[in-house]
Amino acid sequence: MRLWVIQRVTAMWLAFAVLVHLVTILAAVQGGLSAAEILDRTRGSLGWLGFYAAFALAAGLHGAIGLRAVAAEWLGWRGKRLDAAWVAIGLLTAGFGISAAYGLYAA
Amino acid sequence: MQDRSEPAPTGAVLQVDVWRGDASGGELRRYQVPARENQTVLDVVTHIQREIEPDLAYRFACRVGMCGSCAMVVNGRARWTCRTHVKKVAADGVLELRPLANLPVIRDLATDMAPFFDKWARARGTFQPKDAPDGAVPAEFHVVPPSSPKRQAADAGIECIGCGVCYASCDIVAWNPDYLGPAALNRAWTLVNDVRDGARQPRLDAVKGDAGCHACHSTQSCTERCPKGLDPSGAVAGLKRTLFWNVFGWDR
Ligand code: SF4
Ligand code: SF4
Ligand code: FES
Repeated sequence: MRLWVIQRVTAMWLAFAVLVHLVTILAAVQGGLSAAEILDRTRGSLGWLGFYAAFALAAGLHGAIGLRAVAAEWLGWRGKRLDAAWVAIGLLTAGFGISAAYGLYAA
Repeated sequence: MQDRSEPAPTGAVLQVDVWRGDASGGELRRYQVPARENQTVLDVVTHIQREIEPDLAYRFACRVGMCGSCAMVVNGRARWTCRTHVKKVAADGVLELRPLANLPVIRDLATDMAPFFDKWARARGTFQPKDAPDGAVPAEFHVVPPSSPKRQAADAGIECIGCGVCYASCDIVAWNPDYLGPAALNRAWTLVNDVRDGARQPRLDAVKGDAGCHACHSTQSCTERCPKGLDPSGAVAGLKRTLFWNVFGWDR
């Protein structure tokens, strides 16, 4: 598995997505911020669902692969089985984010 | 003209702590060495070995910064000792000398460089002529214009003397014993840019992943400490860049 390729691709996407995310927050709070207002924008919007699902997937994988390196260097945790575990942890974390994004979409 | 080998007029003395021991352990031992107006750290070590304790183990050959055999840890920092002036690194007249870090100690100040050079081999650090894969001299000279970008990238790292200073200064080598390290990767990057070389793809394959360039955190101790002023950290970055596109089948 070429985890380092995943790490670089997710890094590029995150750099862009975090920017969009921050700009969106700044823009969204202009007219006051309420749950209803947020849901108005996200409910039924495939675009936002896709964006945040991809965002969460990248963040989950990127974080887990980063922690994997820390664990390998500081704790000596290495090996194929641990690699699989890190990917699983990454996907699990991503799953939480994706389900949150889906919640806003389907609400 | 002043005789450079004369002791400084003050009769000053250097306090020199030298690590003595072997693979099973050791300790610092203190020696007094006459301070001179002009002396290198290697001069100090040689004085101790010739005048005080003949069984002190250390290594040197050229004494002029070419062979790369004299590196040690001087006051906490890896340096080439033959070109390090005592005045520059020990203003207070105290020196602490230890063997290079990240390598097994043979005895005293001499480390076993085998793991270091084994990694050069693993990184495919030998030139493989395109036209003569068996290593024979090609029939025609390959013209590589000095101004071409590839040639300049290859030239940037070519002056490595294999001293191991960068290797001893790299935290990732300490944390991950499989990591090829800055010098081997600098060598690989030099050859990746050598248009006469025929082993580009196998070399790129050899330097990727957790033991290769992707382990590097770009902390740049290697570049900071290289006595030849090379930029192994930049070489590693170049390998990462090249490999990224290489994976998607785009190769320059
Ligand atoms: S830049 Fe990379 S190779 Fe150089 S010292 Fe830091 S981790 Fe090691
Ligand atoms: S890159 Fe510099 S520090 Fe490293 S082995 Fe070569 S000359 Fe020595
Ligand atoms: S003795 Fe050759 S580089 Fe120092």
